[in-house]
Amino acid sequence: MGLRSMLDSLEPHFLKGGKLEKMYPLYEAIDTGLYSPPSVTNNTAHVRDGIDLKRIMITVWVCTFPAMFFGMYNIGLQANDAIAAGAGTPLEGWREMLIAMLGGGAHDASSLWDNMVFGAAYFLPVYAVTFIVGGFWEVLFATIRKHEVNEGFFVTSVLFALTLPPTIPLWQVALGISFGVVIGKEIFGGTGKNFLNPALTGRAFLFFAYPAQMSGNAVWTAADGYTGATALGLAAEGGVQNVVESGITWMDAFLGFVPGSMGEVSTLAIMIGGAVLLVMNIASWRIVAGVMIGMVAMTLLLNAVGSDTNPLFAMPWYWHLVVGGFAFGMFFMATDPVSASMTNKGKWFFGALIGVMVVMIRVINPAYPEGMMLAILFANLFSPLIDHFVVQANVKRRVARVS
Amino acid sequence: MSQIKTVLTEPLFSKNPIAVQILGICSALAVTTSLQVTLVMCLALTSVTALSNTGIALIRNHIPNNIRIIVQMTIIASLVIVVDQVLKAFAYEISKQLSVFVGLIITNCIVMGRAEAFAMKNGPVLSFFDGIGNGLGYSVVLITVAVIRELFGAGKLLGFEILPLVTDGGWYQSNGLLLLPPSAFFIIGGFIWVLRTWKKDQVEESEFKILPNTEHSGGH
Repeated sequence: MGLRSMLDSLEPHFLKGGKLEKMYPLYEAIDTGLYSPPSVTNNTAHVRDGIDLKRIMITVWVCTFPAMFFGMYNIGLQANDAIAAGAGTPLEGWREMLIAMLGGGAHDASSLWDNMVFGAAYFLPVYAVTFIVGGFWEVLFATIRKHEVNEGFFVTSVLFALTLPPTIPLWQVALGISFGVVIGKEIFGGTGKNFLNPALTGRAFLFFAYPAQMSGNAVWTAADGYTGATALGLAAEGGVQNVVESGITWMDAFLGFVPGSMGEVSTLAIMIGGAVLLVMNIASWRIVAGVMIGMVAMTLLLNAVGSDTNPLFAMPWYWHLVVGGFAFGMFFMATDPVSASMTNKGKWFFGALIGVMVVMIRVINPAYPEGMMLAILFANLFSPLIDHFVVQANVKRRVARVS
Repeated sequence: MSQIKTVLTEPLFSKNPIAVQILGICSALAVTTSLQVTLVMCLALTSVTALSNTGIALIRNHIPNNIRIIVQMTIIASLVIVVDQVLKAFAYEISKQLSVFVGLIITNCIVMGRAEAFAMKNGPVLSFFDGIGNGLGYSVVLITVAVIRELFGAGKLLGFEILPLVTDGGWYQSNGLLLLPPSAFFIIGGFIWVLRTWKKDQVEESEFKILPNTEHSGGH
């Protein structure tokens, strides 16, 4: 019996009046995940396009893979480097046992396998917890509110996991994604009705609730006793000079051989995924361009203003681009089609607002070295307003034309 | 008698001043980091509302309509000053923690709202109990928020350690977000969510419905 006929024979149980009627969203999710959806448009709006929400979401998910795999490698590289240098010891626990079992117990930083195994032992549990806990809420709400389980969650879950530091405790991961999915999305009615990016909402919750596990110098490398700041943290202390003196070149930061959140380190890997999204027209190039323009303009302004006490004022834009979560946020978070501005003109303003805000928070606010998360959430709040003004301007222009 | 019961119990949940009318939010955000301070604040607000309602109801037929707000404000402000002085005399530490928020009871919309909406139209006894009822409705929300914030934010209740913190050698990792004022928004939001799930009549009609633009055709 084929899979299709098996699903078909199961279907009556899930339809109205069937035994498992309540579980319909789960059945629907599995069915449409494996086969193309059977639903057809039945009113006047007919857009013929081969790409639907499911394919968009899966494509974004796949596009995070370069950043994800490089991230895993880099987690291992950073930790194994620290361990080999004697600056830290392997964290005891089930992860270390797992690593030893898979042959990574030597902690040889020059071995690709050792690094990958190490990174996978840290990233995959985080991702699994994100997926299971977040998926639970998603299905629960879908069942009660009778909407579909949406592939958007694939994207939310992977983006959330990639923005966390490798040493994050798993119970915090569960709490964070619960907050992101429930408060950031489901209480507003599910995918398409949320005004904030759910992955960033969850991360922001963790950032403010548990700052000791989400920021500082001890969380970025998974080796016991080892502390190392991110490139952005170093820059906050002593500007670019401080970063370079600690042995991180611009190329290192671009390629991603620096400590940081699991998926944010390699600007190159992110750009590969991001380029695919831009070419396929899934991520809006207007938003990405807007973010870049805003960031560069604000940086040049601050460079021109200058400051004797704050070395970050002098940080050039090409450093802002490669440190911290800027590239990851620009390609994967800011371009979220639901929480960004919808109008084409609005997208420029939305992107530029993010670019300006991220530099402002990084440079001028002394409390948080990283500004990308807060900048995007801030711009998310403004996107309906931006759209409103764009639409009103358009109405005004057209009214003027007829009268 | 039944009227008194109604004005006492209705504001608790079905006409709660915070959760249904969304009044008095600013003190709910500001003073709820610790339960002790919250209890004092609730006591202060409840007594001010009850007494101002009584006072205004007593002279309601003599207040010229044009200047009624000023008269109400005079009575409320006098009561607030009394409460503030009492706190300073007998609970100085707590009054320092409450700082401006006792003084701000003057502008608390619950007090003004009850004076204008209830005490101007009803007798002093009923108005007194209406003030108590609304004060209790305010207290229910504030105490809930404060219990959650102090318990999960600091691991304590009324200053006693309930969940031993990691920083003191225990097992509980405190949630720093709960110590920041915005967390009260989430908790009040959650409170309203639970309340509306329980009392469905509080849910407003949605302004518009989104029609589905696809239907399940049945075939593949």
